[in-house]
Amino acid sequence: MEEFSNLMQGFSVALTFHNLMFMFIGILLGVLIGVLPGLGGANGVAILLPLTFTMSPTSAIIMLSCIYWGALFGGAITSILFNIPGEPWSVATTFDGHPMAKAGRAGEALTTAFTSSFVGALIAVIVITFLAPLVAKFSLQFGPPEFFAVQLLTFCSFVGLGKGHPAKTIAAMMLGFALAAVGLDTVTGMLRMTFGTGELLRGFNFLIAVIGLFGIGEILLTMEEGLAFKGVHARINPRVVLQTWAQLPKYWLTAIRGTLIGCWMGITPGGATPASFMSYGIAKRFSKDGEKFGTGQMEGVVAPETAAHAAGTSALLPMLTLGIPGSPTAAVLLGGLLIWGLQPGPLLFVEQKDFVWGLIASMYLGNIVGLIIVLTTVPWWAAILRVPFSIIAPIIIVVCAIGAYTVNNAMLDVALMLVFGIIGYLFKKLDYPLAPLVLALVLGDMAESSFRQSMLLSRGEVSIFWSNGLVGGICGLAMLMLFWPVISKLLARLRRGNNDLDEARPVE
Amino acid sequence: MSEDDHTDHEKHHHGVSTRAVEIGVALFTFILGVVVIMDSRRVGAGWAEDGPQAGYFPYYIGIILCIASAWTLWRALFSGKSFAGVFVSHRKFRLVLSVFIPAMIYVTATYFIGIYVASALFIGAFMYWHGRFSWTRIIPVSLSVPVAMFLLFEVWFLVPLPKGPLETLIGY
Repeated sequence: MEEFSNLMQGFSVALTFHNLMFMFIGILLGVLIGVLPGLGGANGVAILLPLTFTMSPTSAIIMLSCIYWGALFGGAITSILFNIPGEPWSVATTFDGHPMAKAGRAGEALTTAFTSSFVGALIAVIVITFLAPLVAKFSLQFGPPEFFAVQLLTFCSFVGLGKGHPAKTIAAMMLGFALAAVGLDTVTGMLRMTFGTGELLRGFNFLIAVIGLFGIGEILLTMEEGLAFKGVHARINPRVVLQTWAQLPKYWLTAIRGTLIGCWMGITPGGATPASFMSYGIAKRFSKDGEKFGTGQMEGVVAPETAAHAAGTSALLPMLTLGIPGSPTAAVLLGGLLIWGLQPGPLLFVEQKDFVWGLIASMYLGNIVGLIIVLTTVPWWAAILRVPFSIIAPIIIVVCAIGAYTVNNAMLDVALMLVFGIIGYLFKKLDYPLAPLVLALVLGDMAESSFRQSMLLSRGEVSIFWSNGLVGGICGLAMLMLFWPVISKLLARLRRGNNDLDEARPVE
Repeated sequence: MSEDDHTDHEKHHHGVSTRAVEIGVALFTFILGVVVIMDSRRVGAGWAEDGPQAGYFPYYIGIILCIASAWTLWRALFSGKSFAGVFVSHRKFRLVLSVFIPAMIYVTATYFIGIYVASALFIGAFMYWHGRFSWTRIIPVSLSVPVAMFLLFEVWFLVPLPKGPLETLIGY
């Protein structure tokens, strides 16, 4: 029960007035970010990251991770009331959530969504509490080849679990790696791909990429739709909440299934979005009311919300233990750790106990605080969405520009943000996944250095990656993931007629 | 990138097909891949006495990027019903440009007049063009945002943002 005493110590860190205040601010900002189009978990955290440089790392990560929880909650509000997913992972929530709202059951739908998110997140935090120390302890014996193998697995999982075409996933990923390589190579002191410009010396900052790709790209996409928000009014009173809670236990199996899918997809970087689709698809298949899905079934809200929140939360597990984030937002938080001078990875659990357990404790508290806040403040957020887009859009662009500027105090970054905005717009429209690009940009240097160190150990022999059972096993799994699109097609062909594999996969 | 957009813009009068954009983006990533390969060869993609050279890792990244781009290019050229259809209609593209071009002007203006004044003008202009608001609503909104930003960044968090002549005038 070492974890338990560590966790208690973590609560003593998180439960100071100071940190509780940051938690509160974080959740409020997070919900706001989740509700507004063009601002999401990843770029919201990226914009606010420079403001935390002077804070203590523990307070900073508590606030930023609470922004993340808030954004996860916030996405559901727009999905249900306005049929506009504020975040990609809440697309599946619109399928049944919005019909419920249109049928006058908005309060019920929102309560269901928030409670499901809460349950999914809570179980995922419990998983983190007990699994993370084990993973960290286990990975202490990792050498460079093992680390590279885990990174390989991460990136291959995108190919295997993502919903985009493999060629596009790989291209996006490699673009990220290529951008990460730009600038001064710290090992040899050579300048790579700077083409004589001094500004490129420090390379591309992933925060700029995140703000451009997700922020500006999203605004351009939203603009295309011509945005006229037509929302359903929502009132939540305690009676509706209690009534809904009384009905929810019926769907415990759906919730647990969703949570498991979410945890799996969050730890392997499938991400919250495919997790929510997969959970919805499976719930539809196994529910006895399956054919009524899409008309406003509570179960159809429970399934994607538990999965999305569980995935979003468990994405922090590999980030903390291995230094490999499971989602773009986790990648931004990882960037934060590096900026605050903390080295993510197994040693974090040994050297920075207060930080790690403070963060884990704040996940419990943050989700409870978050649930209470969203349940009580829904009408507010709905009102914000009624502010015309022609006011919101320029303000979001201004906020993005400031966020991009404050990263390095460089105007070039603001211009780069616009370029990334165009890339984000084109890539989104053509179904290039953005998450692998961002993750590759964040992890590029780390992946490269573990690859180099492995090559040094083996004197250039690639066979080091299957030289022992552990590294070979991880690499084997990575290859399985890489070729999963091909394998799953073959399997489906083998058992034609019983093609549940295809249906369980997200809608393509 | 910007040259690409110009050609895109001209084609949009007829409605550009998804296939054309798909090919354009795949060519773009392919060329980037070639650039990465060439630069990696320049700094050395092989093995020096003390270990891998600077271009060792990016070299393979470039190769994989080229292969993946070629794959997409192949699909766009020779197969796939999914590539049919219009990427963006003329009307929608105009809407997108009506956000993007002002944003570009805004960023350029920031160089000269500082971010606060530029933001106020940008928000005001945007509200005027897109929302057709009256001046009684434009002025309070477009002024309050930069003022709030100023208080938050310069005063509270002590993060300096780009400033222009106006800020110098009031002593910042």
